[in-house]
Amino acid sequence: MASTEIARQAGEGARAVPLAGHVGFDSMPDQLVNKSVNHGFCFNILCVGETGLGKSTLMDTLFNTKFEGEPTQHNQPGVTLKSNTYELQESNVRLKLTVVNTVGFGDQINKEDSYKSIVEFIDAQFEAYLQEELKIKRTLHSYHDTRIHACLYFIAPTGHSLKSLDLVTMKKLDSKVNIIPIIAKSDAISKSELAKFKIKITSELVSNGVQIYQFPTDDESVAEINSTMNSHLPFAVVGSTEEVKIGNKMVKARQYPWGTVQVENENHCDFVKLREMLIRVNMEDLREQTHTRHYELYRRCKLEEMGFKDTDPDSKPFSLQETYEAKRNEFMGELQKKEEEMRQMFVQRVKEKEAELKEAEKELHEKFDRLKKLHQDEKKKLEEKKKSLDDELNMFKQKKTAAELLQNQAQQAGGSTTLKRDKERKN
Amino acid sequence: VSNSSSSTSHVDVFQYYTLPCISLLYKAGGPVVDFSYVGIDAILEQMRRKAMKQGFELNIMVVGQSGLGKSTLMNTLFKSKVSRKSVLATAQEKIPKTIEIKSISHDIEEKGVRMKLTVIDTPGFGDQINNENCWQPIMKFINDQYEAYLQEEININRKKRIPDSRVHCCIYFIPPTGHCLRPLDVEFMRRLSKVVNIVPVIAKADTLTLEERDFFKKKIREELRANGIDVYPQKEFDEDAEDRMINEKIREMIPFAVVGSDQEYQVNGRRLLGRKTKWGTIEVENIAHCEFAYLRDLLIRTHMQNIKDITSSIHYEMYRVRRLNENNTVVTHANGIPEHHLAAHEM
Repeated sequence: MASTEIARQAGEGARAVPLAGHVGFDSMPDQLVNKSVNHGFCFNILCVGETGLGKSTLMDTLFNTKFEGEPTQHNQPGVTLKSNTYELQESNVRLKLTVVNTVGFGDQINKEDSYKSIVEFIDAQFEAYLQEELKIKRTLHSYHDTRIHACLYFIAPTGHSLKSLDLVTMKKLDSKVNIIPIIAKSDAISKSELAKFKIKITSELVSNGVQIYQFPTDDESVAEINSTMNSHLPFAVVGSTEEVKIGNKMVKARQYPWGTVQVENENHCDFVKLREMLIRVNMEDLREQTHTRHYELYRRCKLEEMGFKDTDPDSKPFSLQETYEAKRNEFMGELQKKEEEMRQMFVQRVKEKEAELKEAEKELHEKFDRLKKLHQDEKKKLEEKKKSLDDELNMFKQKKTAAELLQNQAQQAGGSTTLKRDKERKN
Repeated sequence: VSNSSSSTSHVDVFQYYTLPCISLLYKAGGPVVDFSYVGIDAILEQMRRKAMKQGFELNIMVVGQSGLGKSTLMNTLFKSKVSRKSVLATAQEKIPKTIEIKSISHDIEEKGVRMKLTVIDTPGFGDQINNENCWQPIMKFINDQYEAYLQEEININRKKRIPDSRVHCCIYFIPPTGHCLRPLDVEFMRRLSKVVNIVPVIAKADTLTLEERDFFKKKIREELRANGIDVYPQKEFDEDAEDRMINEKIREMIPFAVVGSDQEYQVNGRRLLGRKTKWGTIEVENIAHCEFAYLRDLLIRTHMQNIKDITSSIHYEMYRVRRLNENNTVVTHANGIPEHHLAAHEM
């Protein structure tokens, strides 16, 4: 029998080896990118904000398309989340974009539970992914990822400070999703007010311990731009899908009697910054953070809640497998119990039905017997009657024959007398 | 709903993310501000950046009798001394009495792309008089790597990036007999093709003439088919028509007849890797001489990502399904000894 010897040389700190020529694995990033292109990408944005803050318009503006839908009503009883998925394509990249809108957020009189449906929705997406990951037969590479990658939080342009609803909601969401706060409809605020507003918002977020998404600064190629942008948060945006002619070009803008707000003009609003950061520079990082930070946190909490635990490294265990097995057996046991119960119930029902039917049968028999007896009685009566009638008839016949006999006798006697008379006459 | 944002075809796309303010697209003729460009395709560049930063991992196993040129081929493939022999130079190279599995890792870099290459050698395979079950230690090793990955994956506190030690590709060296596969070859490939990607190669192909080579290859392909052995690229994993077309061409060439060398010679004024003999110099990278270049292109330049994908999404998943379906789990005690082992000792 052959035995093995595993000698792992310098696992972590593998030796660096120089290459004597062109090998060709520099094509690996290309191979990876090609595979992803063939596969397509997924990106899911959640828009949280009160009704009327221009969420749908901003999405339309960001992605240059008219997503369907009419403006929602203001009389919703609770907060619901509506999600729509679209397939966008630009050059050879196919993107499955899902936009989730909070419908009715901030419209209720009592807004205490407004954040709950949002948290539930986000958790539901994590749960779905976790379920898929825990399946025995799973298809992770073709799974349509619905986890929220970015949450755009729309702040109303009051110019003063954050509303308490905003603070509460953002605090509940910051450990579950990447939050990017934006000031909506910012053309309602003047430049000086805007600067003060931004400072107030940032300080309120910090003092309340709300962790918003920071654009990553660890990669040198984008560190500079990302850190600049981080200082401009929250972005003050204006959305518009209408085009206005400025100079000799058609630009996206909002036209007022006193002037025109150009969406893509950096002096007018931060729309371009938002688009840069959200799509062109950090889309992949947003996806990665969602998967490696927020999802892992959810997974850890969920599994610990379900009773799994890792044991420490030196007892090299299998406790997850055991507990998994135990749970499975428990589940199977429960299923069997349920099956048994159902079977018992079924047997019971059958017995009852049988008894019922037997009762009915018995009744029928009794009825039959009764009828038979009745019939027999009737028959007897009739027979008796018949007998009595027969007797009468016999008596009558007897009387009749007796009477006839008498008559005959009388006739004979009479006849002989008549004969005698006749004889006498003759003579 | 399927919307297509207006796809603009550009002659040149300037690297927008270095210009913080305005996204400019350079068409022939000067800068033009294109408002219909959203920038979704920027994600490709973002992915590339991330991949370059993270680096790649590749684990190749070489299996074959001693003397078939396994180490040399590895050195030739990666143009550096990556084989076990180059690293663990022993005074006398003895054939081990039992099969050993030795893996060595290297960090290599090319044009900014970093790769951790692990070469897993199996000295002693097929060298004993009785080679029964010689595939077992190899199968165990491969399954152990899957097991290690599974353990990491089911942890509650998981690492950000699970280190991938799974064997992505197993190169099986067929001795150039010129006739047909030996029973050992068939047995090994039959069993291992179910758990790992196997790439069979005809070793030391410079001992075969072209006709002998073609005959040998055809015979091998027939025998593989007859025994139901699916080598890489497996027919059932072709994703679409384009894939199938490319892979059919490769399947018609398998097994590659290779020659390895890490020595350079002067040929026609150029320095080339080759083997010099009295009757001529065999150029390793010349496709008229041997098929090394095809093997290299397949493994490294075109199908590396695909090999890794099949390992992780098919072979590993199959292992995971089997493992999670097992009813008898081995319970390990705190000191790491499996329960049944303890019980045996107590008896």
